[in-house]
Amino acid sequence: MAEAQNIPVGSTTAGSIAVAAESTVATRMSAPPSFDVADFPVPHGREEEWRFTPLERLRGLHDGTAVATGEGVKVEVEAPEGVTVETVGRDDARLGRAGTPVDRVAAQAYSAFEKASVVTVPKETVLAEPIRIAVHGDGGTAFGHQVIELGAFAEAVVVIDHSGDAVLAANVDYVLGDGAKLTVVSVQDWDDKAVHVAQHNALVGRDASFKSVVVTFGGDVVRIHPRVAYAGPGGEAELFGLYFTDAGQHQEHRLLVDHNVPHCKSNVVYKGALQGEQAHAVWIGDVLIEAKAEGTDTYEMNRNLVLTDGARVDSVPNLEIETGEIVGAGHASATGRFDDEQLFYLMARGIPEREARRLVVRGFFAELVQQIGVDDIQERLIAKIEEELEASVA
Amino acid sequence: MATLEIRDLHVTVEVENGTKEILKGVDLTVKQGETHAIMGPNGSGKSTLAYSIAGHPKYTITQGTVTLDGEDVLAMEVDERARAGMFLAMQYPVEVPGVSVSNFLRTSATAIRGEAPKLRTWVKEVKESMAGLQMDPSFAERNVNEGFSGGEKKRHEILQMELLKPKIAILDETDSGLDVDALRVVSEGVNRVRETGEVGTLLITHYTRILRYIKPDYVHVFANGRIAESGGPELADKLENEGYEAYVKGGASA
Repeated sequence: MAEAQNIPVGSTTAGSIAVAAESTVATRMSAPPSFDVADFPVPHGREEEWRFTPLERLRGLHDGTAVATGEGVKVEVEAPEGVTVETVGRDDARLGRAGTPVDRVAAQAYSAFEKASVVTVPKETVLAEPIRIAVHGDGGTAFGHQVIELGAFAEAVVVIDHSGDAVLAANVDYVLGDGAKLTVVSVQDWDDKAVHVAQHNALVGRDASFKSVVVTFGGDVVRIHPRVAYAGPGGEAELFGLYFTDAGQHQEHRLLVDHNVPHCKSNVVYKGALQGEQAHAVWIGDVLIEAKAEGTDTYEMNRNLVLTDGARVDSVPNLEIETGEIVGAGHASATGRFDDEQLFYLMARGIPEREARRLVVRGFFAELVQQIGVDDIQERLIAKIEEELEASVA
Repeated sequence: MATLEIRDLHVTVEVENGTKEILKGVDLTVKQGETHAIMGPNGSGKSTLAYSIAGHPKYTITQGTVTLDGEDVLAMEVDERARAGMFLAMQYPVEVPGVSVSNFLRTSATAIRGEAPKLRTWVKEVKESMAGLQMDPSFAERNVNEGFSGGEKKRHEILQMELLKPKIAILDETDSGLDVDALRVVSEGVNRVRETGEVGTLLITHYTRILRYIKPDYVHVFANGRIAESGGPELADKLENEGYEAYVKGGASA
């Protein structure tokens, strides 16, 4: 049974919701996927995949004028025993297996990186501690590539922390062997000026479970594109996202789940709060159920909470179904506004303004944060959300 | 004994073509333990009076005073008014997505009481009040006013009144949109609070129906932005029989 729904609970005076009724996930792109940047024309901004992105703020990542600088961006990997961490050259056969760049910036990153880092968790290795990857910029420009590979039945949690100031285009590959379980938390906690464009490709093995948590707080422009495909039946993917978009920030999350194999599951939940003039959040959720993917079970949802005037949300869920022989498919998108009437109501019950705002935002994110399943990350996120709120009220 | 004093209150609101005066000199004193019914036709300014006292930003006080035991209510922020002992049961309570009723009630009670209520007694307190208002326990886990029926919203308002124990409670058309059963349940809730003798109640209503359940000590007829006549419960009977016509005619622009 297939169902598609869209439930706008309300819209903002300054915001908008756009919902596409029909989609053609593959043909909407301006060029077919390729590892070579030369296969993509320089975007002008009206292409489907670029129409929400402020190209002029990408610091040349999209038109070939961005040049890697010496200091670049530092990547430090801290891994428990049993994990192999390597830095490899462009010709390493393990690179690029989880997916192919689908837009010009991802292809640019693939065409320009010099060294890649490969983190391997051998088969049947279950890690008790997370692998921590710190990506830190000191104002440099860099093109990156990372591979995280789990052998069959391996289990790992990976936390990737982005901080500092950088112009970074990157591809990240997650390769999950049969029955493997991987949780990846990618935190974009950049300084105000950073520009970060990345494509995340996950290839989920037979009966494997992949959980991606994308958390975006900082940066001038952050555009993350998590993509999932399945290498065998029984795979599960959970894609969670949380963003807090402040004045002037552009935060864009584009997702694609390609149900290319029968009997796989996917669940997408992204939630964002926005505040301040010109805060702009974009969420594009593409789910494709191919004709052969019988028994698919998928749901995707995006929720936005607009805290002040002047913020804008574009939320576009696309569900494309080529077979009716599925367990379930649905999507929802809603943008609500924290308005003066809510504030008045809570304050009329004695709750101070600051506390009222905190209550609403904390409640909005709580359920999602609980699903992350990594304690120190959960605590950190709640603290960070409070910090963002404090900054806004002050 | 707590006393709310409203003196010569004038209130304006911004409308499309300028500023409009809604309240034109309201005088009213409500003491703890008393119940006052304010009755009047639509557009007479009854709700404006309620929201102005609670501090809604839409309304501008241009003249007059509101004091609670001599304290200047109009100088207080909205939350300070509530903590001082004022309560407004709203006609159209607002949805607060993502905030559960139980979390909301506890946060509110903590703010009003100045300390977090002890968990065990609090849970019992909430349960009993909810049972009294015939609210299912699962109600506590729902988001504030989200998807509530009209009756559920009003029960939720009165639940708050019971738990927050205000000195002065203003009930803004709490009866509107309720069927007879819901009206009875909600009225019983209000009466439980009144029976403590610790709340002064200002009952704003368009209809006399609720006064069969909640017996007022005083009835005021509100017309054209001020109190046109005051009397005892018998005034409600007169309104029941004669309607508001006599008062509306007297008004210049009603």
